[in-house]
Amino acid sequence: MSLQSYSLRVNGNIYKVATHPMMRLLDVLRFDLELTGTKEGCGEGECGACSVLMNGELVNSCLVPVAQADGAEIETVEGLGQDEKLHVVQRAFLECGGAQCGMCTPGMLVAAAHLLKKNACPDLAAIREGLNGNLCRCTGYMRIFEAVERAMSSTAEGRG
Amino acid sequence: MGQEKIVGKPMLRKEGVAKVCGRARYIDDMTMPGMLHGATVRSSIARGKILGVEFGAGIPWDEFVIVTATDIPGANEIAMINHDWPCLAGEVVNHAEEAILLLAHPDRHLLPKAVAAVHVSCEEWPAVFSIEESERRDPVVWGEDNVFKSFLMEKGDVDAVWTLADRVVEGEYTTGAQEHLYIENNGAIAVYSAEDGLTVWGSLQCPFYVHKSLVKMTGLAEEKVRIVQVETGGAFGGKEDYPSMIGAHAALLAMKSGKPVKIVYDRAEDMAATTKRHPSRVRHRTAVTRDGKLLGAEIEIALDGGAYSTLSSTVLSRATIHAGGPYYWPNIRVRSKAFATNYPPYGAFRGFGAPQSLFAIERHMDHIAEELGIAPDELRRRNFLKPGLETATGQEIREEIDLDHLMGRALAEADYHHKRERFARENAGAESKKKGIGFAAFLHGSGFTGSGEKYLNSLAAMDVTSEGKARVLVSSTEFGQGTNTILCQIAAETLGIDFDAVEMGPPDTSVVPNTGPTVASRTSMVVGKLVHSAAVGLKKTLLASSLLGEGCSTEEFVMAARTYVAQHGALRSESRYEAPPGVHWDDQLYRGEAYAAYAWAVYVAEVTVDQTTWGVTVDDFVAVQEVGRVLNPMLATGQIEGGVAQGIGWALYEKVMWNRGRMGNNQMTNYIIPTSQDIPPIRVFFEERPFGHGAYGAKGIGELPMDGPAPAILNAIAHATGRQFDSVPLLPEDIFRQMAVREPEREVVTL
Repeated sequence: MSLQSYSLRVNGNIYKVATHPMMRLLDVLRFDLELTGTKEGCGEGECGACSVLMNGELVNSCLVPVAQADGAEIETVEGLGQDEKLHVVQRAFLECGGAQCGMCTPGMLVAAAHLLKKNACPDLAAIREGLNGNLCRCTGYMRIFEAVERAMSSTAEGRG
Repeated sequence: MGQEKIVGKPMLRKEGVAKVCGRARYIDDMTMPGMLHGATVRSSIARGKILGVEFGAGIPWDEFVIVTATDIPGANEIAMINHDWPCLAGEVVNHAEEAILLLAHPDRHLLPKAVAAVHVSCEEWPAVFSIEESERRDPVVWGEDNVFKSFLMEKGDVDAVWTLADRVVEGEYTTGAQEHLYIENNGAIAVYSAEDGLTVWGSLQCPFYVHKSLVKMTGLAEEKVRIVQVETGGAFGGKEDYPSMIGAHAALLAMKSGKPVKIVYDRAEDMAATTKRHPSRVRHRTAVTRDGKLLGAEIEIALDGGAYSTLSSTVLSRATIHAGGPYYWPNIRVRSKAFATNYPPYGAFRGFGAPQSLFAIERHMDHIAEELGIAPDELRRRNFLKPGLETATGQEIREEIDLDHLMGRALAEADYHHKRERFARENAGAESKKKGIGFAAFLHGSGFTGSGEKYLNSLAAMDVTSEGKARVLVSSTEFGQGTNTILCQIAAETLGIDFDAVEMGPPDTSVVPNTGPTVASRTSMVVGKLVHSAAVGLKKTLLASSLLGEGCSTEEFVMAARTYVAQHGALRSESRYEAPPGVHWDDQLYRGEAYAAYAWAVYVAEVTVDQTTWGVTVDDFVAVQEVGRVLNPMLATGQIEGGVAQGIGWALYEKVMWNRGRMGNNQMTNYIIPTSQDIPPIRVFFEERPFGHGAYGAKGIGELPMDGPAPAILNAIAHATGRQFDSVPLLPEDIFRQMAVREPEREVVTL
């Protein structure tokens, strides 16, 4: 199949790529755009390490062909925040020990931010459900739940 | 304790900001100009002779770099303890997925097609697929008798106890293979030139293990081989042995092509081809008095080691020493063997043989309690090790341990006694769901076994950068456990400066000394102590130079360090391992101080068993442990919680399905690890008793939490169901088989 041209808006920046229509969005992000924050864990939509937002929806970027993402708005971990301007969930993961090896972390952060956007005050059951597509092998999830709760309360304080 | 400003505090992970920003660079995030991608052609059969290799049509083979065993410049060997593990199969294969041939090409998308187009023809030989077949030598597939290693550990006179016993209780316990399932697969990049030698970057735990192996495989001089660990996305032991293999493969392709070569496995290849936890079978025969005093034990351990010996002898050693659990045995005999089979080699996995042994003893203790009609906690209370008593290796307990108190606290936190009584009462009338509560008591030796630390002879160093920052130089690596953070805490505390004024040197064999491997729960206790001593040395030099006074501020330290470096060129301090006093070990007799220290724990699990689906949910989990001083409570808690989750997976979900020696479920879709909805609240409690010879009193933590969940959960399931299950993983179908299928004689009665 010949190369096709696609346009994506990633973390607010517009990128044009020439690639195969069935190229995975994950590969386009990592190799064409050099946004390597998004990780590959399983390549079959089970682990969620490659989670990104596409037009506001949480997707596994290993299951999205780039042709399907043409013209889409994509948000990755790099777009959440950087260094001095960390997103509230990034800061909470740091402070609560929600990241250990760091490999599930980018996808987990995107999923957690998405969860809090949909539901500003999820209870523990809702947090568990909201993150059930993101596997972590290091933490046993407790520090991650705590981080989401901390992000939730600091957001609430910020509003208050 | 309690005087410190940095040690014992929840300091934030050193590399944490890079990780939460997606900036941390893992092996697959790296690329190099002109880089090729490598792939591996593997055996599809478990055992046989290689007859020939054909390169199929439709692939531009002249564009490929192709490596076989004949291209290996040095020894065709992955250097571990023995010399039997080939880097590439030459004439025979001994397990499915054994690497036969390597390919490299600039286009990574072409590689899967090329691998599929290589046809290896083989004459298939009979293979061994169980411990029992290996025992029967049906057929012999390794050495003369299929035995990688055997141990005999003996104390007292076991043969004399059987006639004195009121009861003799027997049991057999088995455990399955377990996949590490680190979220980042194995990967390496190699670069070679005749001038600069070989450099390998990789996702790995032990840079000097890979170094040793690659020096031997390449035949290059030691200084011409450089290994660099990059950010590593989980390991759990799975990146202790295998990186020497994938690193060697990348190196061979780079040496042949003269170009950088990257090999990164996808999930299916990583699960099918790399090492896993050793399956085990443990038999217990115990002599006990009517009132529950343990008189003697005969324990037989058999591990399935897979096709090559890798680390099996040391895994077996730890399994042997931990076999008696945290109890006093006046008489005990443990015979253990690691057997060869034709599965991919089993390797290091968190716990390293101890979880297998401790599963057996802790299920067995509940059996004994039931046989005697004594409560499980009372039986354990009557037999716990105490200060002054000797372990099975004759090691006198000198630490001030109080297991009775530890158990009491765990049972109180879990509301064990109340629930034990209530569940038993409510289960009687329950149709759909039954509840149970159970626990396990255990120990885990910190650091290498026996003389291991002495042989390692580890060296740590500290220096200062030109900016005046203190730098920790060790080969101990970070892969999520918190190495970077706790070692910087120890250094900062010792130097009396801010945590931010200390950084880690690069985990690069050309920069750091050999501090030994990052395994065996040794980093906090052993390496931490070396970093402490190196920091003391660094400070002494600065004080002696009169550039610095006692009680300095961080700013004064930085100024003094900069001035010292400007005047003298460098400031560096080293510290070499010295065994704590009184540590003696006899490798032949298996007698003496097996470990400088042990961590101790009691874990309690509460479960629900669904009588319709036979699914088990863990509803609550209490983990109480004594690990010496806790250097960083947030990281330590995270270690315990993560280990408990892996233990829950091993007990209830994670089943490797074998099909003639090949893993049939090498996908995350059908090899199931716990999700955020499968894990109960894990409630972690530490008893802190500083250990005199660890850094600020620390002992080992990392592996301990893998030991307790499986026996605690199966003890709870026995409580819920009234039936005994002695094998993990225990999936719903396994419970169903035993619970719901009526026994034949019963059917006859019904008819």
